[in-house]
Amino acid sequence: MIQAPDLSLGALAPLLFVFGAACVGVLVEAFAPRETRHPVQVAIALVGTLGGLVTSLLLAGERQVTAGGALAVDGAAVFLQATIAGLGALSILLFAERSLDPARSAFVAAAAVPAGSPRDRELMTAHRVQTEVYPLTMFAIGGMMLFVAANDLLVMFVALEVLSLPLYLISGLARRRRLLSQEAAVKYFLLGSFASAFFLYGLALVYGATGSIRLSAIRQDAAAETGGGVLLVLGLALLIVGLMFKASVAPFHAWTPDVYQGAPTPVTAFMAACTKVAAFGAILRLLYVAFGTSEWTWRPLVYGIAIVSMVVGAVLGLTQTDLKRMLAYSSIAHAGFLLTGVLGFGGGADGTGSGLGATMFYLLAYGLATLGIFAVLTLVREGDGEATHLSKWAGLARRSPLTAAVMALFLLALAGIPLTSGFTGKFAVFRAAIDDGAWPLVVVALLASAVAAFFYLRVIVLMYFSEPAADGPTVGVPGLPTTIVLAVTVAATVVLGVVPGAVLDLAEEAAIFVG
Amino acid sequence: METVPADGLIAASWLLIALPLAGAAVLLLGGRRTDRWGHLLGTGTVVAAFVLGLLCTLQLDGRQVEVGLYTFVATGSLDVPVGLLFDPLSAVFVLLITGVGALIHVYSIGYMAHDPRRRRFFAYLNLFVAAMLLLVLGDNYVALYVGWEGVGLASYLLIAFWHERPAAATAAKKAFIMNRVGDVGLALAIFLMFAQLGTVSYDGVFGSVGTLAAGTVTAIGLLLLLGACGKSGQFPLQAWLPDAMEGPTPVSALIHAATMVTAGVYLIARSAPIYDETPTARAVVLAVGAITLLIGAIAGCAQDDIKKVLAYSTVSQIGYMFLAVGLGPIGYVAGLAHLLTHGFFKAGLFLGAGSVMHAMNDQVDMRRFGGLAPHMKVTFVTFGLGYLALIGFPFLSGFYTKDAIIEAAFDRGDGWGYLLGGVAILAAGLTAFYMTRLMLMTFFGRPRWEPGVHPHESPPVMTAPMVLLAVGSVFAGFLLVVAFPLEEWLAPVFGEPVEAEHVVAPIVVSVLVTAVMVIGVLTAWLFVGRREVPAAAPVRVSPVTRAARRALYADAVNESLLMRPGQWLARALVFVDNRGVDGAVNGLAASLGGSSSRLGRTQTGFVRSYALSMLGGAVVVAGALLAVTAG
Repeated sequence: MIQAPDLSLGALAPLLFVFGAACVGVLVEAFAPRETRHPVQVAIALVGTLGGLVTSLLLAGERQVTAGGALAVDGAAVFLQATIAGLGALSILLFAERSLDPARSAFVAAAAVPAGSPRDRELMTAHRVQTEVYPLTMFAIGGMMLFVAANDLLVMFVALEVLSLPLYLISGLARRRRLLSQEAAVKYFLLGSFASAFFLYGLALVYGATGSIRLSAIRQDAAAETGGGVLLVLGLALLIVGLMFKASVAPFHAWTPDVYQGAPTPVTAFMAACTKVAAFGAILRLLYVAFGTSEWTWRPLVYGIAIVSMVVGAVLGLTQTDLKRMLAYSSIAHAGFLLTGVLGFGGGADGTGSGLGATMFYLLAYGLATLGIFAVLTLVREGDGEATHLSKWAGLARRSPLTAAVMALFLLALAGIPLTSGFTGKFAVFRAAIDDGAWPLVVVALLASAVAAFFYLRVIVLMYFSEPAADGPTVGVPGLPTTIVLAVTVAATVVLGVVPGAVLDLAEEAAIFVG
Repeated sequence: METVPADGLIAASWLLIALPLAGAAVLLLGGRRTDRWGHLLGTGTVVAAFVLGLLCTLQLDGRQVEVGLYTFVATGSLDVPVGLLFDPLSAVFVLLITGVGALIHVYSIGYMAHDPRRRRFFAYLNLFVAAMLLLVLGDNYVALYVGWEGVGLASYLLIAFWHERPAAATAAKKAFIMNRVGDVGLALAIFLMFAQLGTVSYDGVFGSVGTLAAGTVTAIGLLLLLGACGKSGQFPLQAWLPDAMEGPTPVSALIHAATMVTAGVYLIARSAPIYDETPTARAVVLAVGAITLLIGAIAGCAQDDIKKVLAYSTVSQIGYMFLAVGLGPIGYVAGLAHLLTHGFFKAGLFLGAGSVMHAMNDQVDMRRFGGLAPHMKVTFVTFGLGYLALIGFPFLSGFYTKDAIIEAAFDRGDGWGYLLGGVAILAAGLTAFYMTRLMLMTFFGRPRWEPGVHPHESPPVMTAPMVLLAVGSVFAGFLLVVAFPLEEWLAPVFGEPVEAEHVVAPIVVSVLVTAVMVIGVLTAWLFVGRREVPAAAPVRVSPVTRAARRALYADAVNESLLMRPGQWLARALVFVDNRGVDGAVNGLAASLGGSSSRLGRTQTGFVRSYALSMLGGAVVVAGALLAVTAG
């Protein structure tokens, strides 16, 4: 007889909310009439994500391992789940924006129709909107929330796939520049599968070495003096590769610029913000829980990868002329800064560092600023699509001072200028790393920040000090959803920069792993 | 002396600062809408502040009242609670600043009547009064510093008020830069206090200054003195003050004669407990005072610009005050008394000079004046009283207070005392000389006016303040020294007055000073009054006169010692910056851009090469981990 695992429904409430909303969305897609689907789907998705956000906030302080030991509901999991749910809700709002694109949606109406075919042209003018994107996104969000709470490697792998597959699909749904979007989706799918294979192989090796997929069990084997033997170490290497891919850390970043550029901008925003949170949640859990006792094995590696990622992101960002690609390289550099925080593992008074809390704060701050900046990108349009080429933004401040000011704020936040959330986040992760003796890494990080600041500030200079081009872009008037996103992200970016104390404390208190 | 918490009206003494500050804010932010009544508001706030200050002073009763406000800087180790300290010393300054300030505001209504930017002028004056009050009312060195910089700013704005004149703009910059030198000293002194004592409040610093090493206290004392020299136009930072006369005359009267330039004296008097610990720094204060009072008096003898004569006279008189406070406990009260009487008569003299200029189409060259007495009777009489007070005519203000300083110098009792006293007496003679020369060239003799000038008396709004200040010039000395001795009023701050053992009998000093003064006046009459004054300054003059005309080459010294090396250094730095720093930065940027393009070539767009790069990365990761665990 098979014993059913114990399930704490209360602790799983955030996941249940999101996955439930996803399933209801599928049903709505099947049964609701086409005209009513869009508002219903948006409402369901918002209820699901906000429900997930509220329930995870209510779970604050919870510490338990449930679902037969497969899920850890602890401070870090709850904080990151709340972050993902909140950022997810904002992303849904961006998806739901209907007043910017003349076709009333950023998504293609029927993705399977070949680009450029007569049917495609017909659909371009029809007022039919895509609604499958909402349940897909909800599954992705659910997968991400599962990812950060996974307490064994198999659940982690399943969550990885649950979050990845919808992302591959919705990357290919852009209404404009469809071929670029489809190319991005295929690339992302191929490379993502490749990375998943690494992860799976690593899982198998770890299981072979330790006889368990439970993180706590691996921890005991890894504590051995040899680091657990060649098999375990190789397994760790392959797991790291799989996770770093999702977090777009160099040298596993190659997909990032192409996919960020090709995907519909709201999807890019969603990927950049939420996937980063989920992937780093898993990296932190894997390294701190399963391999926390053998920090010496992975520390030099992560040290080196952090440097490579910061340098590659910052240097390659310099020569980009497309804003979405530039932000992709910025995301790679930020992945490096986040790894700096991951290295703040020890060094504190009680032997544990402030790295976990700092990294989680950074993820929140970075996610909000990134969502905001992509939301601004959807406003500046040319012809039917978005004007993402840098030259189009020249003199924007004169045409539209408010848009330029908001953009400038987000750029300053990403550059880490004081009084913005970006500075607080960088300060927190750098301090954590220094506490753990990684000051040479912080020196490199500061230099990389300086290099990266160049390409952020170049956009500001362009917007404020250049003559506007004669055939410049038009700045769309955002509808309510995008306005809400911009208001929330601007407010959060300023508040987390000026009075970050409360949220920093919250992240610090939530910095607990069980398992 | 313990401080007590504020009660009654004194609890509202923050209004003293807030009133003029609000006036400045309304006038500056209100723009042209306030043009019609702006000057009245500006004057009203200062008059109100004077009334409030007077009432507070009457309630003071010799206490030191602490008015806590809020915490300005709160960091782990540096807390700067902002509070006001209303004690007999600050009360004296409050009355001087608001009293003379109010009179000069009234005068300015007439003086600036035809200036299109009169509102802005009153805004700056209000700003100055607010900053100056903060300077004297703060209960810690940081508040003092904020006020100190505030008056510096107001002074800069007002010297350059007619900034369309290149001379005014240059003078403002000169004043600002020379003040910076002093301000750096003050800032460093505050840093040093904080580093050594962990506090910047007067209470805290004075309470624990005795625990410091002698060298540290001397350093603090000398740095404070540097700050004081900058603000008060003392040697070696005296050269900006005469140039500052490019500002409108009421500014010269209020800021550059009566109040701001005496801030240095306030600073040293306030810091008395520090100087009590360091005889070295105190001796330097003495030396600075003695040198400056002589330099100012000599330079004043050869100037033809009426305001510059008065400016050098100010430099010289503040030298007297420095000399007094440098003498220590026996001199503080004498110095402050002279500061107050000087505030009256020098402000009156400047207002008189302004009245003369008003009558003579803004002419300042005394060689173009002459014979004005019958045309401007009120100005002549008030100016004359101020003149008599300044040269120390018996029983007028200057007589009481200047004699007190000279007596205190002799009371030191050693050889230095005699030397300082002698210098002070000599300078008193020089003062009588240059002031008599000024009187003779302006009000007596044959008119040497420019064609088309019709001198006339100024309107009552201008003459009334002059009359009031003249009354003060006559009686202030008697009131402060004899009737209501300042000594007793300030006893809570500087201790009970002690009956000094006079080395030289006061009567002897008085007679001596008066005799020297008479000699000065007679000499001036011999050289200037008896003869025709040439309309152009003679070229063939003695080297002494030449040196005096150029203020003993202070500007030349500054230029060759500081300005030219500074310019040379700036050029060298620009060169290094252009070639070295910019070159390195541009080179770095170019190499980063180059590597960015080269690295960018790996981004081919082909999935196969991306997958290959991932595989390579995985191999490196696995290899690195194995190497770490195996090694």
